[in-house]
Amino acid sequence: MKLLPLIMVCLVGALMIYASFGLPYRADVNAPFNRDTSAVGSIGAANHYIRNAMKDANTPNVVTVILADYRGYDTLGETTVIFTAGLVCYLLLRRKEYENKS
Amino acid sequence: MKTSHESPIVVLVSRLLAPFIQLFALYVIFHGHYSPGGGFQGGTILAASVILMRLAVGEQAGNLQFRRSWSSKLSATGVFIYALTGIVAMLLGGMYLDYKFLPIPGLTDAETRAMGILMVEIGVAIGVMATMISIYDDLLEEHYND
Repeated sequence: MKLLPLIMVCLVGALMIYASFGLPYRADVNAPFNRDTSAVGSIGAANHYIRNAMKDANTPNVVTVILADYRGYDTLGETTVIFTAGLVCYLLLRRKEYENKS
Repeated sequence: MKTSHESPIVVLVSRLLAPFIQLFALYVIFHGHYSPGGGFQGGTILAASVILMRLAVGEQAGNLQFRRSWSSKLSATGVFIYALTGIVAMLLGGMYLDYKFLPIPGLTDAETRAMGILMVEIGVAIGVMATMISIYDDLLEEHYND
């Protein structure tokens, strides 16, 4: 039964391509991540993070706030990648229970 | 794996060190709000203490500390805690992973966000720790089977 996984992959891929149309253009000045400017006038989201991290999350460590709050999706993906790596090792290498059954 | 009683010095030193490594790992996880650290680093240090015990005292006694069958389940649990934090925030009216909407009474918005970050870091730590131990156990599978 290889057809079902293929359909699932195609569906998720189509969903992601569809979602990517909702992203703002990278050089768009009015995009949310280009809205803030630093003290010398350069555009970028980093200035917003540095200025508002303590106010938004009551946490002195800016890196933690960016990692877990502003970029929470990113960290969820990283955790899933590590989990997937462990899962692949499990599937490839662990075979004790399997051998006992057969 | 060979017998675990080859060197009493190694066993003794590992048994002395492991609790302090775990304590340091908890410090790294829970102090991630104020200093370098967080879930990934703390989880790796936690896994290091468990793997140290497995290396030193062998498979049988290592299993008493942390069972081999736990690791795969715990790694899924860690990711699930992370995802669940986001889903709870979404169900209570916010965006996905918007910690402001977590149901923690008596805190301001900023403090609720700090608590949300802590929950997420704990999930990451559990997931990373269990995954490291799981990979270590899987690589030793040949030894266990012999």
